Amino acid sequence: MTQSPNHKILMADVNLTVDGKKVTAPAGTLLIEACKTVGIEVPSFCYYPNLSLQGACRMCLVKIEKMPKLQTACTTVISEGMIVTTDSDDVKQARKSMLEMLLGNHPLDCPVCDAGGECELQDMTFSYGAAESKFMEAKNHKDEQQWSPVVFFDRPRCILCYRCVRVCGEGMDVWALGVQNRGVSSLIAPNKKDHLECEECGMCIDICPVGALTSGAYRYKTRPWEMTHVGTVCTHCGDGCKTTLGVRRSDTGMEIVRGDNRDKSGTNGDFLCIKGRYAFDFANHEERLTQPLIRKNGKLTPSTWEEAFELVGKKFAEVRDKEGGSAIGVIGSTRTTNEEAYLLSKFARVVLKTNNVDHHRTADFPALSAALRGKPDATASMADVFNAPAILLIGNDPTEQHPLLAWQIRNNVRLHRAKLYVVNSQTIKLRRQATSFTQIPLGTEGKVASFLSGDEAAADALVSASSDNGSIDKDGWIALRDKLRGEQNLVIIFGSEIRANDISSLVRFGAGISGAKFICLADYSNSRGAADMGLYPDLLPGYHPLAGTSDFHQEWSVAQAAGLDLANMVEAGKKGALKALYVVGSNPVGRLDIDPFAFSNSFVVVQDMFLTETAIMADVVLPAANAYEKAGTMTNTCGDVQLVKKAGEISGTKSDFEMIVRIADAMGFDVRKLVPFGGGTRADMGQSRGAQSGEADRHAVWLEMQGLEPKLSPLDPMAILDEIQRLVPGYQISRPNLLAGNSEHTSLTKSGAGAAHNPESIAPANDTLFTSGTLGRYSRTLQSVLESHEVKPAEVAAD
Amino acid sequence: MKFSDEFEARFAEMVPHYPTKRSALVPTLLYAQDEVGFLSDEVIAELASRLELTELEVRNVISYYSMLTTEPRGKFNVQVCTNISCMVRGAEEILHHCARRLGIGNKQTTPDGLFTLEEVECIGACSWAPAAQVNYDFHENLTAEKIDGILDEYKKRGTQ
Repeated sequence: MTQSPNHKILMADVNLTVDGKKVTAPAGTLLIEACKTVGIEVPSFCYYPNLSLQGACRMCLVKIEKMPKLQTACTTVISEGMIVTTDSDDVKQARKSMLEMLLGNHPLDCPVCDAGGECELQDMTFSYGAAESKFMEAKNHKDEQQWSPVVFFDRPRCILCYRCVRVCGEGMDVWALGVQNRGVSSLIAPNKKDHLECEECGMCIDICPVGALTSGAYRYKTRPWEMTHVGTVCTHCGDGCKTTLGVRRSDTGMEIVRGDNRDKSGTNGDFLCIKGRYAFDFANHEERLTQPLIRKNGKLTPSTWEEAFELVGKKFAEVRDKEGGSAIGVIGSTRTTNEEAYLLSKFARVVLKTNNVDHHRTADFPALSAALRGKPDATASMADVFNAPAILLIGNDPTEQHPLLAWQIRNNVRLHRAKLYVVNSQTIKLRRQATSFTQIPLGTEGKVASFLSGDEAAADALVSASSDNGSIDKDGWIALRDKLRGEQNLVIIFGSEIRANDISSLVRFGAGISGAKFICLADYSNSRGAADMGLYPDLLPGYHPLAGTSDFHQEWSVAQAAGLDLANMVEAGKKGALKALYVVGSNPVGRLDIDPFAFSNSFVVVQDMFLTETAIMADVVLPAANAYEKAGTMTNTCGDVQLVKKAGEISGTKSDFEMIVRIADAMGFDVRKLVPFGGGTRADMGQSRGAQSGEADRHAVWLEMQGLEPKLSPLDPMAILDEIQRLVPGYQISRPNLLAGNSEHTSLTKSGAGAAHNPESIAPANDTLFTSGTLGRYSRTLQSVLESHEVKPAEVAAD
Repeated sequence: MKFSDEFEARFAEMVPHYPTKRSALVPTLLYAQDEVGFLSDEVIAELASRLELTELEVRNVISYYSMLTTEPRGKFNVQVCTNISCMVRGAEEILHHCARRLGIGNKQTTPDGLFTLEEVECIGACSWAPAAQVNYDFHENLTAEKIDGILDEYKKRGTQ
């Protein structure tokens, strides 16, 4: 049956009986899924939702009336009047026998196996297995193999469910795993004989029901039950995957030992790329700063927090009072939380009295906001990408730069047959899923936008002289545009190649398509948040221009003149006009090729985890906590807000939030005017101990859901979230949903007028799957994978 | 890489017989092996690209079938069946006799590159057990003396 996602046909219901219970499910449902709906568990190893059917493990055998033998529930489609038994003696015996066979070659090294305690084979044996084995034969043994820096394979533990083979091929479109030999000597094999050449995503390890595939990052480190698990947002690219970090106590606080998303919370389900899964290790890098440093006699010297805050506070106040706020520059981060970005924006304007605020821009959100102003529901969420009937992707290479987005697109095409239109200057991997792939000359993405919006002449630039496979002539372009205009609910995704006026062209084109929505791709985990929270010299939070009116103008009483952007701050620094510079979680010297001597005459304060190229030239360096070590919210590139939870901790560091508040305090500023804490509900909260202890919890839960719980100190980011939700357009989202760990989509409908920025002010990160800005350099896993991918065996002998 | 015209003609004729290209893989592998002697890395890469498969998929199929090999074999592949009918009629002895006579074990090749010895599953010659197959030729109702004569004959043919 073909089912177009455009016209979802409601399938007729089918009635059947399972273990005497009446079950009704849509036609086409698999028996194993139908059983789940009435709470009947049919055990299985090889069955995995959204992967092709395998029928290999034979654990899901059930009895179906009028069928001669036991049937696999994972490959049987339900039919009317079917009578199924899942708990008869012969079914139980079949399960026992299957487990006995699987254990026949299994080494039973559970006490030292990574999967021990969270192993599906253990669980199944406990629930359905036999206590004894009739096998007398010696077990097949094979030594453990290392296939890549992150993937290890222990053949004897493998039960040949082929989940890894399928998720690598179907889910990732990498096809790096296969099955060698047959029968009892079958084994999972990597594509390069003895090693893997792949995207190192670790999906195969994650999906392995036993401990056959283990990760270099986690193996033999701990036992699953010794960790506490914290679900938070990945700190690498702009997609905002949920990652569940396994943490345990260490000498220096809480150490992160594992990342995965087995609970499938978040839009990414169980998907994570190498960065989300393994590149948390920068947090434990030995070069991590754990003491404030103050430059004394030309050298950065360890100091106390008191001394550092006092010095910074005194200097900032001095410059502001003597030279005016405009002599101070502020550079914010694309990896701090929304609360920190907002707080920094407010701190700059309200405390430092400067509009010289900027950050490392990787996408033109102000132009998008300006173009979408007043248009309801005009942005797509990450979840929409998986369900949209049609997708247009212009520029970017999501496989490398936005792995979750690529996963969503790929699996939407595979599972829902979405139509994918790809326009790119390179033959990117996603062309393999594309209904239509069009190659354009380098740097002509903007022309595509112009042409789509009706500028016929722009097509000339798109037709390249060489007739490549993917390039088309002018008629081809017109046909493509007509086809796109005929789509409905098209999701239009564009990379940072498209900026400024080209964005408004694209939005004009989208206006002619019913239900069209946009996604603008930015590179870092909170690039969108940094933009939304107004880390711009001419924009306040919510894209409100300084030269205008908004709630912020009244509450913050800001100066209307725009401040300096990053490039102009550098110029001002060179001229000696910038007396102080405050850099929070950013490395402009290392990442944006800024002359490190530009700020030699400025008092420079840097908050960072490491002595980066920027930190090394600072007068004061404050050791910062990273996104895995604090609470707050982040907004992904689509505009989906998610809760960030504190997982790890390194003693000697502070969150950027706390440092900003403490510097304001050291400047003599009333921090109540910066962070609206206090003012919570004070009342009899009931008993917190004893038989009625739940009473206090019930009060607390209700208050928290309404955002009314007491904010006890100025260091509570939730107090700033209250203010963000009160003032920033689009952030009026459901607090209960957010607290429950879901993503909440924001809207740009009511944002300010935005701004027309110089397109040159955007500097794409150009990260690959294995790099992640400055952070990536401190991840041993990413470094080792990079090295292993650089060493290519010689094709021909040297002689 | 280059195959013979005969191979190319067969390949071109065969591919359109199937609804998907990959279906032609197994016969193609056999023809290529007959021509090259074994399935080298070069052959695997060539066939993978022709049939739009990954090299890994081609290797997986090769490893599934015992008649396909990625290691060079001798000129004559002596395949001695030791399944039930042959076994009860003395196949084990025939196999051991071959091993002694050639001075090699199972799946090994003589230093002169003439013979490879292989113990195989049923070759469908039960009525004339014990049986052996040398390349594509069958030899039946074997005894030690008979196999000596057969091996001598091949040796003569191979060294001429």
